[in-house]
Amino acid sequence: MDAKFVRVGTTLIVRMVGELDHHAAEKLRTKIDAKLKREGVRDLLFDFQGVQFMDSSGLGMVLGRYKLVSAKGGKVLACGLNQRIKRIFEMAGLQKRITICRSEEDALSGA
Amino acid sequence: MENYMKLEFPSKSQNEAFARIVVAAFAAQADPTLDEISDVKTAVSEAVTNAVIHGYENKSGTIVVSATLQGKRLEVTVIDYGVGIEDLEQARMPLYTSKPELERSGMGFTIMENFMDEIDVISEPGKGTTVKMVKIFGKKEPTET
Ligand SMILES: Nc1ncnc2c1ncn2[C@@H]1O[C@H](COP(=O)(O)OP(=O)(O)O)[C@@H](O)[C@H]1O
Ligand SMILES: [Mg+2]
Repeated sequence: MDAKFVRVGTTLIVRMVGELDHHAAEKLRTKIDAKLKREGVRDLLFDFQGVQFMDSSGLGMVLGRYKLVSAKGGKVLACGLNQRIKRIFEMAGLQKRITICRSEEDALSGA
Repeated sequence: MENYMKLEFPSKSQNEAFARIVVAAFAAQADPTLDEISDVKTAVSEAVTNAVIHGYENKSGTIVVSATLQGKRLEVTVIDYGVGIEDLEQARMPLYTSKPELERSGMGFTIMENFMDEIDVISEPGKGTTVKMVKIFGKKEPTET
């Protein structure tokens, strides 16, 4: 799994590419947490556009970041989910905590 | 068509991807749909990840994955010789995890149940865990004439 980070205003965008399993999630969360500590980051947006595969370890990683971010008053969004990943999100009820959007543009504009 | 395969590897997290890709490649000969292959990949990933994290608690151990194909019926077995499960009923409940500190979601068994046609878990504390799953391909496809 590869990840690129972009900052837009107070939102940190994580553009993931590859397969999000336990192995990848462990590495990615360390990187994200380091970026979250930076000054001025409040919200977190996961862009799943490049993710073809995710299992329950991905859910755990997203939920873990939700706990960190929401504790500081920020919100977590996710966009670009394929049908299967969306279904896995919904199985765990993640849509109650994470705002699911179609694209980065929608997420950033609050649509 | 009848075929089988068996795979043995150490409990390293890198092998999670390896195991699910091998099983998917093996199952491909039964002409599954892309969705069916993804179902199998996800379920195998869950079972192997559980062996690594829970069975062996991230220490070293051996994981055995085997599969058989009989026509459109795929049976996959994932075995570890780790700590085992005390309370199977509790373990299989959605959102239950014994390791919240490791950011587990507790959705592994639920995903296996949802994505496969059958799942059977045999476990003995101190001896290990065997997860047997069955997927029947072509169930949803319209019959071609
Ligand atoms: N191979 C295994 N060996 C020992 N315990 C296991 C194994 N697989 C699952 N478990 C137990 O079942 C629980 C639920 O598993 P699962 O639904 O995959 O959730 P998670 O992996 O997120 O904890 C685990 O937290 C663990 O206690
Ligand atoms: Mg699991």
